[in-house]
Amino acid sequence: MNTLTRETREADRAQAEQFTTPPAWVTEIGDGYMLEIEMPGVKKDGLEISFENNELTIIGRRSLPAVEGTLLHRESRPENFRRAFELDPSIDADKISAKIDQGLVTLTLPKAEHVKPRKIAVS
Amino acid sequence: MHLIRYQAPDLAPWSAADRWSNLRNELNSFFEMPFSSSFGRPGQLFTGWSPALDLYESGDNVVAVVELPGMRKEDIDISLHDGTLTISGERKREGTNGEKAQRTERYVGTFRRSITLPTHVDAGKVGATYQDGILKVILPKAEEAKPKQVKVN
Repeated sequence: MNTLTRETREADRAQAEQFTTPPAWVTEIGDGYMLEIEMPGVKKDGLEISFENNELTIIGRRSLPAVEGTLLHRESRPENFRRAFELDPSIDADKISAKIDQGLVTLTLPKAEHVKPRKIAVS
Repeated sequence: MHLIRYQAPDLAPWSAADRWSNLRNELNSFFEMPFSSSFGRPGQLFTGWSPALDLYESGDNVVAVVELPGMRKEDIDISLHDGTLTISGERKREGTNGEKAQRTERYVGTFRRSITLPTHVDAGKVGATYQDGILKVILPKAEEAKPKQVKVN
């Protein structure tokens, strides 16, 4: 799979909304790929996955638990998450599935039927 | 905040023979550094995985919020010792049979975060929740740390 991440920083700057790039993990499994992206604080309805022009974009909008009071120390970033991947044409985009569990987005990207190895029966 | 152990400088007498072995050791240790796992995240080079931690003071509580995506509740340990809150744990990776990693940016393994709390807390009443990959530790302030009003008789 072509996992080149688009340099989206310039494009993001032009937009009103700022995003941060979350760490991701791409693994090849059997008949496809598994994509894991860390998005802590994102719920199921805050997740927006789109596929356009062979580019898979995952946007995660955070709904952080509101803490009232004085902030003493901060390391987390306030921006929402955005990550884009250019997909290999061998991936069947219609069969991409996604789930989110404890802030970890897991996408399954199966390869298209025509690129899978197949056995041809001898008649 | 992370404490990096102070490393005493090498006090061995310096000689021409040592020079090359030291250089070799240094080069070796350079290659052993966990570069691949820490790439792109500052502050991780020597400490492995270091999750982001926010600390708030709200009313009678001190609240710590830690970003720990993709963990299991059972794998998170919270301890309190001498006014220092330590959150540690291990992130495990499931089902690695026949898989080939193509790109790895996430860190798997153990982590440890410690932070000195600004006030005394009641260790017996500490509560924690883990939801959407965010750990929230609520530490009620100890009685002596709460603001008190003294009436003038």
